[in-house]
Amino acid sequence: MSHRLPTGGRRLTRSRRLNFTFDGKAREGVQGDTLASALMAGGQVLMGRSFKYHRPRGPVSAGHEEPNALVGIGQGSRFEPNQRATAAVLHEGMTAVSQNRFPTLENDIGAVNAKLSRFLPAGFYYKTFLWPASFWKSVYEPFIRQSAGLGRPPEGEDADRYEHFHFHCDVAVVGGGVAGIEAALNAAREGKRVLLMEQDRVWGGRTITDAGIDGIELGGQSPEAWVEDRIAELAAMENVTLRLNLQGSGVYDHGYLTAYEWVTDDRPGADAPRHRLWRIRTGLIVTATGAIERPLPFAGNDIPGVMLASAVRDYVCDYAVSPGKRVVVVTNNDDAYRTALALHGAGVEVPAVVDARPEVKGPLAARVRDAGIEILTASGIKALGGKKVSEVKVCDIDGDGTPTRTLRCAAVAMSGGWSPVPHLWSHCGGKLLWDEERAFFYPDPDRPPLGADGKGMVAAVGAAAGDLTLSESGVLGQVTLNEHAMRPVWIMPTGAGPELRSKMFLDYQNDVKVSDVQLAAREGFVSVEHAKRYTTLGMATDQGKLSNINGLAVLAGEVGSPIPQVGTTTFRPPYVPISMGAIAGEARGKIFQPLRRTPIHDWHEANGADWEPVGHWRRPYTYLKEGEDREAAVNREVKNARESLGLLDASTLGKIIVKGPDAGRFMDLLYTNMMSTLKVGRCRYGLMCSENGFLMDDGVVARLSDDTFLCHTTTGGADRIHAHMEEWLQTEWWDMKVYTSNVTEQWAQIAVVGPNARKTLEKLGGMDVSKEAMAFMDWADGQIAGIPARVFRISFSGELSFEVAVPANRGRELWEKLLSAGEEFGVTPYGTEGLHVLRAEKGFIMIGDESDGTVIPQDLNMQWAISKKKEDFIGKRGQERIHMTDPKRWTLVGLQTLDGGKLPDGAYAVAEGTNANGQRNTQGRVTSTYHSPTLGHGIAMGLVLNGPDRMGEVLEFPGTDGRVYKARIVDPVFYDKEGTKQDV
Amino acid sequence: MSEPMTALQGDSFAGYVTVSEDEPRGMIQLRGDLDSSSLRDALQAAIGCGVPDPLAIATGDRGAVAWMSPDELLLLTSPDAAAGTLSQLSEALGDAHHLALDVSDMRAAIRLEGAGVREVLAKVTPIDMATMTPGTFRRTRLSQIPAAVWLSDERTAHVLCFRSVGRYAFDVLAISSRKGGEVGAFQGFRAPH
Repeated sequence: MSHRLPTGGRRLTRSRRLNFTFDGKAREGVQGDTLASALMAGGQVLMGRSFKYHRPRGPVSAGHEEPNALVGIGQGSRFEPNQRATAAVLHEGMTAVSQNRFPTLENDIGAVNAKLSRFLPAGFYYKTFLWPASFWKSVYEPFIRQSAGLGRPPEGEDADRYEHFHFHCDVAVVGGGVAGIEAALNAAREGKRVLLMEQDRVWGGRTITDAGIDGIELGGQSPEAWVEDRIAELAAMENVTLRLNLQGSGVYDHGYLTAYEWVTDDRPGADAPRHRLWRIRTGLIVTATGAIERPLPFAGNDIPGVMLASAVRDYVCDYAVSPGKRVVVVTNNDDAYRTALALHGAGVEVPAVVDARPEVKGPLAARVRDAGIEILTASGIKALGGKKVSEVKVCDIDGDGTPTRTLRCAAVAMSGGWSPVPHLWSHCGGKLLWDEERAFFYPDPDRPPLGADGKGMVAAVGAAAGDLTLSESGVLGQVTLNEHAMRPVWIMPTGAGPELRSKMFLDYQNDVKVSDVQLAAREGFVSVEHAKRYTTLGMATDQGKLSNINGLAVLAGEVGSPIPQVGTTTFRPPYVPISMGAIAGEARGKIFQPLRRTPIHDWHEANGADWEPVGHWRRPYTYLKEGEDREAAVNREVKNARESLGLLDASTLGKIIVKGPDAGRFMDLLYTNMMSTLKVGRCRYGLMCSENGFLMDDGVVARLSDDTFLCHTTTGGADRIHAHMEEWLQTEWWDMKVYTSNVTEQWAQIAVVGPNARKTLEKLGGMDVSKEAMAFMDWADGQIAGIPARVFRISFSGELSFEVAVPANRGRELWEKLLSAGEEFGVTPYGTEGLHVLRAEKGFIMIGDESDGTVIPQDLNMQWAISKKKEDFIGKRGQERIHMTDPKRWTLVGLQTLDGGKLPDGAYAVAEGTNANGQRNTQGRVTSTYHSPTLGHGIAMGLVLNGPDRMGEVLEFPGTDGRVYKARIVDPVFYDKEGTKQDV
Repeated sequence: MSEPMTALQGDSFAGYVTVSEDEPRGMIQLRGDLDSSSLRDALQAAIGCGVPDPLAIATGDRGAVAWMSPDELLLLTSPDAAAGTLSQLSEALGDAHHLALDVSDMRAAIRLEGAGVREVLAKVTPIDMATMTPGTFRRTRLSQIPAAVWLSDERTAHVLCFRSVGRYAFDVLAISSRKGGEVGAFQGFRAPH
């Protein structure tokens, strides 16, 4: 049984006891524990169930590479599933639950899957649920979903906040072990700006434990003292930033590195960001990410109690925990002997070290022999047990697994050799080399990922570069123990039959066994990327950190290729899963997205605005009064504007100043109609087209002075049209003397609309807005109610209408003054839907309704707005292409339903016959459709084949509701065709 | 007459950095040939300083001038001086091709105060805030919007953004300066030479 050792544990503060619960049961650990070490200290090695077979599983590692010991941590809105118990820092009051078991971890009915495992081979789901196709959605998928998945997602809204942090440096060192510390010191002493980050809570990496076992000093100091002094030296340097709990997460082009910081996971509820995502721009990324030990593929290697040898000595040395009273060590290399020594030194019995190599020499083995521990050479094992290891059977390493001996034990420390951690090196295309002798991939220093200057932007050092013993290290290189050659072992024993092979687990989390990879290869999945997806090897939340090399080595063996030829799968960020919250940063809730507010926004909000998003703006769709629905509100607003007085917040309309000696020429090129002839003080409606001739925006242009124009654009067009202008000026017409400025937000603009509009402005006073002084399409500067104003007499409603622009900070003031002055006329603010209805009754087109990027002005009968005198304008040649001049282009008409109802938006008018797909032929479509409160019936506009020549014809529009709507082709101007209402 | 209503109506938030609406300013956009002596002279006369270097903000006795682009400056004056400065500039520049506009109401202005101003801005802009010096003026991205940022001293930063997103910028800066969010990454940092 696993237990806490009476002494030791360099991370622990034994006097500080911490209470926590696991699956509802009260437990106790101490300060410095991880959840896994605290559970093991309490005798609990079983921590989870595997994904597919629900096999009982305990921790294999003591770090972030853990595939098995995944738990849910936290409660309610702070619950997070799939956390690695081996990396989760224990805190007072932690609540942890095991996953993927029902009803309990100890008694899980899903474990029946394991009994059926021979019926659930690789690709089982692909093969089984292919037929019949209709069963997938209704039968198979719901069933599989029910039983699939690991942790449950958290419920409700995340209670925590998150943030980003941008950091710039010359050198970012990932990994605070000896190699990383040395790299940071070297760079810092050269005066470089350095960031040194470590995912762990402490500095020093593996060396402190391992050099401690070897009894090695670094530069005449104990490993702890050496690390402490170097970190103190770095901390005192002004050009260095040190950071614990910060994990290098992803490497991207141009020296961009993301790193993930755990801030409050060990103090939930703290008023601080839970996680912080660092976005680092650096000249060089140094990966000092160390190496990860590989499991050995022997039968029963997934039984709780079987752990990596390095993890076992971490638990012993760092956490004072032993996985059992008797621990067998099984290895193919010298390093695992350190584990035997650590266990022995802590008073734990080591029945034997089982070594695959025929001959074992060297100082480490000698020390183990001297300690009286038996070494069984040329041997392998299989492990036996249920929810924990009970014994191992020793066999000949090259035999078929016939047991030669039984060793009773509670745990197994295994080592299949080490693999450098190449993830960050590889994210951006760094290449790897295969080391035949030590059986691992390591970064090829001649083929690093390249930066913008064509030079390497990532450099690997230490174990991450393949230098497992840090022989290149300034302090360790001189003193490291000589280790002897390992023997690669991919299947233990090498002659194992099918029964044993189907119990040798490669990917623990996804339950992929040696037999599965071999089956995939036999079925033709010989590419490593195909075999991965077919078997799901390396596709679990741990992304195969322990399983990759073993898996591809088995695949290579099966297909008869050398390992480097099979290659690795692709390493992608993030290194370990990071929270969605960290990715989103602060962007949630009310700041999920920027919301653009007009100067009158708050009034709208306080007065029943039913919002509509228009780009990032929010505009009132309508203003709802008590007991009113949208339709009633819109009807009320439209009628009031027609009969008395309406107000519209038009501040969102784009306003662009165009100024310069060449402004007239530029305007003539931008718009389809002639703008250079516009007189100062006058306004003109204009169209803008793209180079291809398609209508892209419209609006009223006012000439402010000889060399200055003010262009109004649509709300959504302001930024786009300004960019369009600048693009032409900067890239094509750079010789034109024209400056533009997007002054949209300098102005609040209010449309004062209706028969009482003039009276209202006259009440406020300050400007002569009489018909004589300000004719239709005039504008003037002046003051309204003491506020500096520019008044445009323009109308998008067909009524007498003024648009009054005032400096934005005075907009709310003018709005309130208009409301009081208009009170006697029953002033009614109206929203965007009222605006749409008013314009549609007048047959005015709307960009985005009547136009959709495929429509040219000619389709909308707007030939009058296209100058025939001008030599050129943007879109002119596009509109001359044969497709654009085709008389069969659908053309704008009005549509009026026979029954007075409303046509469905976007509906198509059907024609005789069917097309090649068997669908009805079409001859037109609805572009805008409304109920007209003014006329009391539905009105619509649409594009129809030869439309204007077919007045009075009735078209059929099948709706998606099964009904067929009938509408007559009519003039699109439904209201006041002569325009007398606006010209008073 | 009621008072002009700015985008943030004087709002402020006290975190480990204080975020508040900056004092009202007159703002004038000036586009023209920044190398021309007529523009330099006009600027000297209007603000009392020369044309700032790229990415810089220059200060004169009647305000400040920020470099916006190779042909654009932003003049900051006292709120009631904008109109006068604009007509003075327009007169001085005369027929020289230029564009000068009063854009005093177009932007929201936010001030950050406290020892952590660099750090708070580093959460939401990609600028190298550790090395940014007072006198540098950067047009950049602030979370999801365009904004301009400068330091007037070690403890005071200023942000300008479009008026419509002033509330968004304020909210983003407020949550980023909430106590408990201190990063401490710039403490004791001095840019290497």
